[in-house]
Amino acid sequence: MKALILVGGYGTRLRPLTLSVPKPLVEFCNKPILLHQVEALVKAGVRHVVLAVSYMSDLLEREMKTQEQRLGIKISLSHEKEPLGTAGPLALARELLTDSDEPFFVLNSDVICDFPFEDMLKFHKNHGKEGTIVVTKVEEPSKYGVVVYEGETGRIHRFVEKPQVFVSNKINAGMYIFSPSMLRRIQLRPTSIEKEIFPVMAEEGQLYAMELQGFWMDIGQPKDFLTGMCMYLQSVRQNAPERLRTGPGFLGNVLVDPTAVIGENCTIGPNVTIGAGVVLEDGVRIKRCTVLKGAHIRSHSWLESCIVGWSSSVGQWVRMENVSVLGEDVIVSDELYINGANVLPHKSITDSVPEPRIIM
Amino acid sequence: MLKAVILIGGPQKGTRFRPLSFEVPKPLFPVAGVPTLQHHIEACVKVPNMKEILLIGFYQPNEELNRFLSSAQQEFKIPVRYLQEYAALGTGGGIYHFRDQILSGSPQQFFVLNADVCSEFPLEDMLRFQKEHGDAHSFIILATTANRKQSLNYGCIVENEHTSEVLHYVEKPSTFVSDIINCGIYLFTPEIFQHIGAVFRKNQQDVMLDEQCNGWQRAEVIRLEQDIFTALAAQEKLYVYKTDRFWSQIKSAGSAIYASRLYLNQYHKTHPERLATNKDGGPKIIGNVYVHPTANIDPTAVLGPNVSIGTGVTIGAGVRVRESIILHGATLQDHSCVLNSIIGWDSTIGKWARVEGTPSDPNPNDPYAKIDSETLFRDGKLTPSITILGCNVTIPSEVIILNSIVLPHKDLNRSFKNQIIL
Ligand SMILES: Nc1nc2c(ncn2[C@@H]2O[C@H](COP(=O)(O)OP(=O)(O)O)[C@@H](O)[C@H]2O)c(=O)[nH]1
Ligand SMILES: Nc1nc2c(ncn2[C@@H]2O[C@H](COP(=O)(O)OP(=O)(O)O)[C@@H](O)[C@H]2O)c(=O)[nH]1
Ligand SMILES: [Mg+2]
Ligand SMILES: [Mg+2]
Repeated sequence: MKALILVGGYGTRLRPLTLSVPKPLVEFCNKPILLHQVEALVKAGVRHVVLAVSYMSDLLEREMKTQEQRLGIKISLSHEKEPLGTAGPLALARELLTDSDEPFFVLNSDVICDFPFEDMLKFHKNHGKEGTIVVTKVEEPSKYGVVVYEGETGRIHRFVEKPQVFVSNKINAGMYIFSPSMLRRIQLRPTSIEKEIFPVMAEEGQLYAMELQGFWMDIGQPKDFLTGMCMYLQSVRQNAPERLRTGPGFLGNVLVDPTAVIGENCTIGPNVTIGAGVVLEDGVRIKRCTVLKGAHIRSHSWLESCIVGWSSSVGQWVRMENVSVLGEDVIVSDELYINGANVLPHKSITDSVPEPRIIM
Repeated sequence: MLKAVILIGGPQKGTRFRPLSFEVPKPLFPVAGVPTLQHHIEACVKVPNMKEILLIGFYQPNEELNRFLSSAQQEFKIPVRYLQEYAALGTGGGIYHFRDQILSGSPQQFFVLNADVCSEFPLEDMLRFQKEHGDAHSFIILATTANRKQSLNYGCIVENEHTSEVLHYVEKPSTFVSDIINCGIYLFTPEIFQHIGAVFRKNQQDVMLDEQCNGWQRAEVIRLEQDIFTALAAQEKLYVYKTDRFWSQIKSAGSAIYASRLYLNQYHKTHPERLATNKDGGPKIIGNVYVHPTANIDPTAVLGPNVSIGTGVTIGAGVRVRESIILHGATLQDHSCVLNSIIGWDSTIGKWARVEGTPSDPNPNDPYAKIDSETLFRDGKLTPSITILGCNVTIPSEVIILNSIVLPHKDLNRSFKNQIIL
C-alpha cells in the first residue's frame, strides 16, 4: 500500500524552528513529526510513502534515505515546480499511486493523533466508494469548515465553511484514504482538495466520513504544537506509561530522552518533553515545554509553555513563558524575563522581552 | 563648638515613598543596611568639636524614632535629640522656632542637613571653605552640578565665579537659570536667625492685616530656600561650595536603591566591615552587598551587586538577588529571583517566583544626571519603576510580579505587571 503526505512549503507558521530544519523533521515528543505518521503507516501495511514537497531540502532527502533503510520501505520525494495546493500533488504523483488497484492514504503533514489507518482501510473497503475522510470533533466548530454527514453510514452530504449556526461539530482531520479511480478528478494544476474536489465527490455520493476516536491536533504552529504535546503525552500515559519518567521531581506526563542530564532539585512537568543530550542544571522548574536536542537550561530558571530550540542555552534565573520559542542555537543571558518571544536562530539575547514580539 | 540640625519633615512628607513610609518614618528607612539618618549622623560625628545633633520635624514621638535616638546616642557618644514642631513650619521655620535650643552652649556654627538626601557630606570641607574664604560669618550652601533639564527640579544657584558668592537663588525655576543646584546641606552661623527673624516679623505684620486665620502659625512657616536664600543673594553673606562627590535626593522608593548603591560603594572607605565578602560556606557575593549578621542565607544563593539584607531575613537555596533592598523578617524561598525591588518587612516570596522592577537610575552617560523620581504615572499609565512590596506581603510560588507596587498585608494569588495592588 501507498501513502502520500502533503508536506508542502516552508512551514512558516512553525518558524523560527523551521528556519533550521524542514517542518517534517522537527521533533515532536522526541520524534520527527513525519516519523510519527510514517511509522504508523508502516504498521498499517504501507510500503511506499510519497512526500509531496513544494521546496527542496537536502536535509529532508538525506533523512528520508536513512529512514527507508531503517524501516525497510520506499520513500519518494515528489517535488512541485510551483505549489500545487492540497489536490494538485496527487496528480503529480499519479503514476506512483496508480500502479496497483489498492487504495492509498493521503495525509496533511502536521496532524498528530492516534493514527487510525487500519480502521480507515476497513471502513473504506466496507462502503466501497471512492473516498473516506477522517473527521474529528471540535468544541468551537464556527472556527473551522465542518463536515455534515449521515451518522449511520458516514455518507457526507456537504461541507460548510465557518458555520454561524450549528450544523455539525465535526471537522476534516486531514487524513484520507482514496481508491485510485478518484485521481481522474484531479488535474495537474494548483487545486484545493477541500474546496474543489471534496464537494463534488460528496455530491456524487462518493465520499464518506469516519469519526476519529481519541485526541487530534494540527501542530503547525507553536501554540498548537504545545497543546498537541500535552495530548500526545496523555495518550502515552494511557498506552505506554513505561515511556514516561516518574519519580521525585517529576510531575504528570514527562518524556525524557535517556541521554538527557538532569540536575538536582529540579521540578519537571506536567507535560514536558526533554530531547537528546539536553542538560537541565540544578533547581530548574519547567512545565508544559518542549526542549529540543542539545539545549542547555541553567540553574534556577523557570520555564512554562516554551519551545527551546536545538542547542540553545538559557541562562540562570531566566523566566521564560507564554509560548516563547527559541530557534536553533539561541543564547539567553542570565536573569532575563522572556515573555512570548519568537527568537530567530543564532541570536544572543541580553535584554528582557517583557511583551510578546519577534526577535530578529 | 559645632552642632548639626537634621530636617526630618513629617508624616505628610514622603508620600512618594509609599507604601514603605506607612511602616517607618522615611528618614529611618534603611539605606545600605542602616537608617537613612544614620549616614547623616555618622558624617556629623566625624567633624571635630561636634557637640550635639538635633533632629527637627513634625512626627509625633514614636517608638521607632525613640529607639533610633537612644541607639545613636549610645553608639556615637553624643547627644542626639528630637525636637517636634507643633505643625509643619517649613525648612526655615523649624530651626527658627527652636533657635534657643540650637544656640544653647553657644556654637560658633551649625550645619543644617535635609534628611532626604544621600551624600558624602563633605562637612569639614565646608568648614575649611568658610575659613579660607576669609569671612567667618558667611553662610555656606553645598551645591553640585546638574544637567540643564533636571536643574529645574532643584534650587538653582548663580555664583560669582571668583568669589563663590551666591548672586542669585531661585527654587525650582520653570526655565533654566543655572546648572548649579542646592544639595540641601548648609553651614550657618547664629547670625542666620537675624535673617529668619526678619522674615518672621514681616510675616507677622502681613498676617495681622488678615484676621481670619491663625496668625502665629502662618507667620512661623518659613522656607529657607524661597524666603531666606533668595533674599540673601548678592548681600555678601551667602556662598556656595561646590562638590563633585556623590549626592542624590531620596524622594521615591526607587531612589533608595540608588542611594544604597552610592553608600555601599562608600563603605569601601568608611565601613569596609559592613561589606559582605565571599567566604567558604557563605553565599556568592557579587559587588557591594550588605548582609545583617542575623540574616540566614543559604550558601547557594547569589547576592549582588547593590543588595542590602536586613535583620532576620531568610534566603533559601538558589535564590538570586540583585539591586534590591530586603527588609527585616522577609523570606525568599528557594530559586526565587528578586531584581530592582524592595521587599517589605516580613514578606514572603515563593519558590521560583520572580519579583522584578525597572531601575530608575540616572542616565549613566551623563555625568551630571540625577535620578528622576517625580511622577508615578505618565499618560495615565504607571511608569515602569522598581517593584515595591509593602510589609507582610505574600507572593506565591512561580509567579512574576513586574514593575508593581503592592500595598501591605496582601496575599497575592497570581502574576501582576505594571500595577498598583491595593
Ligand atoms: N505539496 C504541497 N503541500 C501543500 C501545499 N499547500 C498545502 N500543503 C500541505 O497540505 C496540508 C494542508 O494544508 P492547508 O490546507 O494549507 O492547511 P494548514 O496549512 O494546515 O492550515 C499541510 O500539511 C500543508 O503543508 C502545496 O502547495 N503543495
Ligand atoms: N522640620 C521640618 N522639616 C521639613 C519641613 N518641610 C520639609 N522638611 C524637610 O526638609 C527637607 C527638604 O524638604 P522640601 O523642601 O519639602 O523638599 P524639596 O524642596 O522637594 O527638596 C526634607 O528633608 C524634609 O523632610 C518642615 O516643615 N519641617
Ligand atoms: Mg497545517
Ligand atoms: Mg525644598
